[in-house]
Amino acid sequence: MTTPLKIAFLPLTDAAVLVAAQERGFAEEEGLRLDLIRTTSWATLRDRLVFGQVHAAQMLAPLAVAVTLGLSQQPAALAAPYKLGVNGNMLVMASDFAKALEPDVAARLADPLGTAHDFAAAIGLWRRKPIIGVVHRFSSHSLMLRYWLASAGVDPDKDVVLRVLPPSLTVEAMRAGEIDGFIAGEPWGSAAVEAGLAETVAIGERIWRRGVEKVLAFRESWLEENPETVDRLLRALARAAAWCDDPAHHGALADLLADPRYVDQPAELIGRALNGQIVARAGEAPIANPDFMLFSREATSFPWRSQALWIYSQLVRWGMVEHDAASVAKAGGVFRPDVYRQALADSDVAMPGASMKLEGAMDLPLAVGSRRGELTLGPDRFFDGRVFDPDRIEDYLAGFAPTG
Amino acid sequence: MRIVIIDDSGLRATVLEEGLREAGYDDIHIVPPRGAFVARLERMAPDVVLMDLGSPSRDTLEEMLIVSRALAKPIAMFVDQSDDSMIGAAIDAGVSAYVVDGLRKERVKPVLELAVRRFNAFAKIQGELDEARTALSDRKIIDRAKSILMNQRSLSEQDAYALLRSSAMNQGKKIVEVAQALITASDLLGGGL
Repeated sequence: MTTPLKIAFLPLTDAAVLVAAQERGFAEEEGLRLDLIRTTSWATLRDRLVFGQVHAAQMLAPLAVAVTLGLSQQPAALAAPYKLGVNGNMLVMASDFAKALEPDVAARLADPLGTAHDFAAAIGLWRRKPIIGVVHRFSSHSLMLRYWLASAGVDPDKDVVLRVLPPSLTVEAMRAGEIDGFIAGEPWGSAAVEAGLAETVAIGERIWRRGVEKVLAFRESWLEENPETVDRLLRALARAAAWCDDPAHHGALADLLADPRYVDQPAELIGRALNGQIVARAGEAPIANPDFMLFSREATSFPWRSQALWIYSQLVRWGMVEHDAASVAKAGGVFRPDVYRQALADSDVAMPGASMKLEGAMDLPLAVGSRRGELTLGPDRFFDGRVFDPDRIEDYLAGFAPTG
Repeated sequence: MRIVIIDDSGLRATVLEEGLREAGYDDIHIVPPRGAFVARLERMAPDVVLMDLGSPSRDTLEEMLIVSRALAKPIAMFVDQSDDSMIGAAIDAGVSAYVVDGLRKERVKPVLELAVRRFNAFAKIQGELDEARTALSDRKIIDRAKSILMNQRSLSEQDAYALLRSSAMNQGKKIVEVAQALITASDLLGGGL
């Protein structure tokens, strides 16, 4: 018997694992049929999940934490036992704005620290306070952009205007001059570059080499009541993720995602992120970023509690939540490595032995303790070299210079 | 009670506005979610904001609700949060509402229920329009297949239609499917019209 599952998603390249699970038969092998429900705003995706219109959703990791902490409309306890990917964002700015930055785009992207300082200098030269589109207050993109701007002394709440708009409207808003740039998941940055409206200014992967992106989120109560279905879904996703990671499948994956039911953008644009071949300025040769977007290798999908806590630390940093022990426990508890371990215990997925790690401590790939198989974690440095110790959140926060 | 409808479908907004006026609400404004709509909304200081759940601009609106200093903090609600079937009905109808905190529930409830009914009515009209459009394009396909048969086999229009119909019945298909197959075959053979 097939179990139907409704899962909400937004038209983004990192819906890949869900789409592949359904379209390439991985869900069917586990006796599941995924009814993927395309949604145009994070608010509606959240409402559908919170009110049980869908069983699960592709959610911004910080939004899952924020909804659980009661920071967003419709508070509810959410659980994220699986990460649908890491990295995959880029910041693009209007070509005129980018003229004040390093003209060699490869050099510009390779040096996020230098570019942040150039960006800070460019703010004063621009005709207005730059308006930068972000997809949501509680998005990885917004937290990463804030982190990057602040490293160069820019106060993201005062020196620029962050305007929330959904990824699918970013390109039109650029064209209409309503925003001067935006940071979003692919393929929307590439679409703006291709339209000649913008240039790539920074790549998520160069800001945090392994940045948490979307998670698979459930209502906590539903997850607890349906452990067997959750296990089957996670197994299907793990196999789909391995399929998505394989460069041999990137062409087929881009074609799948290009379908109007999913991302509805040209396969060639979608392929850029999958292949890590980023065109930063229209008409120029692509720049290789092999880790631009990961789905499976290095235990990408493992929900490290320390990553939920890093997100929490940034929410505290920007005054979005009051820091206290209860909130720390709640935020860390959104990520559910226990569920991941149980679901994939008998699979050949390499499994980290720990549930927390220092975030940003690895400059080079590192072999780590794994309950099964060999596991090498990729470099996870932040571009400014800071290391997040989840047991010392206050110290970490004290290390940032106050802005404003 | 000031009600603002944020909608870029003129028809849906009109259907909703009419319903609200009939029910005796008269302070109603329609704002399309474009450009600086958030600033306009802020100046209007609405008590209730109604919006299509499918609108991509909901995130923009919610951000404004967080940062705005001009507005009392409105909360999102689906008619009656304690009633799952009502929430389901609102989500199915595609209604999302933001209500200024403190506004009494019994005052808001009829507005939201009416919005659900009117959104459903609009969806029905939309569905009928889509059906009518499909029917129209089906008829064009059948007409073209008929004229191919009339030309190539010197049949009358009536006989051409009868032939399509009996083929469809024999194959257990819709007439329009047989007609489409015939057009494709005819195009491939270079005999299309």
